[in-house]
Amino acid sequence: MLASVDAAQAIGDLTEISPQVRYVAVVEADGSVTGSNLSDAAAAERLAEGAKRLVDEAQALRPDVAQLEAATVDGSVFVVRDGGRMIAATTTPEPTVGLVFYDLKTCLRSVDPPVQRAPRKRAPKKAAGDAAA
Amino acid sequence: MPPRKLVTGMLLAAGSLAGSVLVRRRAARKRERVDLYSEDGSMHSFSEGSPEALRLLPIAHELLRS
Repeated sequence: MLASVDAAQAIGDLTEISPQVRYVAVVEADGSVTGSNLSDAAAAERLAEGAKRLVDEAQALRPDVAQLEAATVDGSVFVVRDGGRMIAATTTPEPTVGLVFYDLKTCLRSVDPPVQRAPRKRAPKKAAGDAAA
Repeated sequence: MPPRKLVTGMLLAAGSLAGSVLVRRRAARKRERVDLYSEDGSMHSFSEGSPEALRLLPIAHELLRS
């Protein structure tokens, strides 16, 4: 079983073992970026938004798309989905497709989902009778 | 035909066949394409020029430029 790590560490490990990978963004179901190796937050948002558009277009063609690769002469764009979350990456031209998919899946599964804080419950008010006693 | 010439001819033919396969593979790799992998493990490939690739490749180009 994979140990959960924070996004920065997982992406650091990914780019270390897979030098073909250039830029990565881990995107939550609500579209927010959990982690990226892009120093510019706006650029990370653009990668996430573009990946979402790519998946939406792909789903219009094949409704059950789990992962995709768009290969161009300038490089490839990879998107891997896991539930509502996804990881998007750009690579150098002619990457080793199977390895990149494997590394992206491993990275996505090892990243902790953001902690959802449960709303705090108020303590029940004491009954008037209790206060009088 | 002497056996030596026959062997040389066969080696040349095999070499040129292997060369043409390599050249074709390299050329195919340089073509742009989009591969969609479904949850059931099936894969659909759309090469450049197809209507599906025309919808997807511009987004990929945009991402790679930024």
